[in-house]
Amino acid sequence: MQAKIYASPRYLPFGDSALIIEFSDVISPEANQKVLALNQALSKANIVGVEETVPTYRSLLIRYNPLKTTYEQLVFQIKDIEKNLNKLAVETEGRRIVVPVVYGGEYGPDIGFVAQYHGITEEMVVKLHSEKEYRVYMIGFVAGFPYLGEVPDKIATPRLESPRLKVPAGSVGIAEKQTGIYPCEAPGGWRIIGRTPLKLFNPLQQPPTLLRPGDIVKFKPISKSEFKTIEEAILKGEWKPPQRSSK
Amino acid sequence: MKVFQVLKPGLFTTVQDMGRFGYLKYGVPISGAMDTFSLIAANLLVENNPNDACLEITLIGPELKALTKTHIAITGGEAELKINGANVPMWQTLQVKEGDIISFGKMKSGCRAYLAIKGGINTPLVLGSRSTYVRGGFGGINGRQLKSGDVIEGFATSSLKTEYSMPEELIPQYTGKFTVHVVLGPQADTFTENGITTFLSNPYEVTSEADRMGYRLEGPLIEHKAKADIVSDALLPGAIQVPKNGKPILIMRDAQTTGGYPKIAVAITPDTSLLGQAKPNDTIEFSKITMQSAQEKTKAYYRLLNNLSSMLLKRRY
Repeated sequence: MQAKIYASPRYLPFGDSALIIEFSDVISPEANQKVLALNQALSKANIVGVEETVPTYRSLLIRYNPLKTTYEQLVFQIKDIEKNLNKLAVETEGRRIVVPVVYGGEYGPDIGFVAQYHGITEEMVVKLHSEKEYRVYMIGFVAGFPYLGEVPDKIATPRLESPRLKVPAGSVGIAEKQTGIYPCEAPGGWRIIGRTPLKLFNPLQQPPTLLRPGDIVKFKPISKSEFKTIEEAILKGEWKPPQRSSK
Repeated sequence: MKVFQVLKPGLFTTVQDMGRFGYLKYGVPISGAMDTFSLIAANLLVENNPNDACLEITLIGPELKALTKTHIAITGGEAELKINGANVPMWQTLQVKEGDIISFGKMKSGCRAYLAIKGGINTPLVLGSRSTYVRGGFGGINGRQLKSGDVIEGFATSSLKTEYSMPEELIPQYTGKFTVHVVLGPQADTFTENGITTFLSNPYEVTSEADRMGYRLEGPLIEHKAKADIVSDALLPGAIQVPKNGKPILIMRDAQTTGGYPKIAVAITPDTSLLGQAKPNDTIEFSKITMQSAQEKTKAYYRLLNNLSSMLLKRRY
């Protein structure tokens, strides 16, 4: 079996003002957990010169000010924190968030393809996609886009060969074993199977995104009329996302 | 305070400051001026803060009508600047009175010019910055490029007592040939030795697919060891990623914050700013330096920026 996490993480230079600490070369919840744990430990440590951090699937980018520290100095300080990670009581338990989705039809134009690709019914695609809990591995691509994983093999589907120029805001897509939600209209090649009325990104709010790395997301199939009701409630500012209690 | 009315918007004119920092983890790019050096210089020439918002002008400039008396300064790419049809110099403080028409001819060198208004441009702060991020639809004027009829608002401010100009030797020359210092990594080890030699010993041409997100480059193909995909990780301006086709892409200020192509190298900070002046058909040569030397150069650049206001030539009214 392929080792999911390196025996010791790799420190990689990223130009003169950033570096990457890489825990693995594959996607796994374990590697992502390490990334988030280090991210949290670093934010508590308040290291001189660190300006911001970017957690991704299996690595953490640190942007720093070279007037205040050097690459060598930072690597030395981070190694010290990182090797004690296991001993630190780091809270990285994510929030649990339900995302309502209208599957199929005009909102999910590729659901038929996904079903056909695997020789299953559209109802089965909905069932498989919505019964699993997904981890938010990272936010990227466009502002507020969550990369969620991993979908069951029975619905994992390759991207479109030629990306769409416009995918509507709220679209829920599948790309291989990943699933994600378009926060705004954007070009994209993911197979679109549904749409949520939730707003995933608002630059006028702090923090600007609905989801954060480490959160646990479950999709809930809804009808078109429920979609409208939620959409209107959001517009009026009356919508509260239902938080599920922990296991 | 209304400062300018936009008569013609130009090819692609946006409001930009130094950028939006601290939101990469939410997928929000840094944005901000492509050529930070010229933005800061323009601001200092009208006694602004270095981070004040300016107009970033791309290749074809706008036509603006002054709605009040003020001071401006224009820096960056050489842009045949005119007030009421008469040529006026760049890289110095200019006085503007109500009714004046500011126009730009063809950009003779470079790609982007920066127009600073005394007091700075006043648009709402979005996530701590006034920079326009067109793809996200926020920042600047309603998250978009300028259009005819827009009114540029400024802050009420005291009038200038001194005129400034940039010393000749500090004005960058944009020859269309860029030598860019890079630090190899973070994924240089996914390329063959041959691939890295190819990258470092050939000029690459900027293609027409070049905008605020990044520049696709054309030149000898860069060879990967095996697969050309990595698990997506973080991106920053200055990074040079190479997809399967072997053609490098230079990441700039509005690029997506994560990506799945390996990055062969990252341009140093001052050279990334200079690359804001690269346009299609310009050539770029990449030169490898050590991390220590990269950080020395970047520190020297920051020291220059910190001292720039005291180096400007002054003339009191």
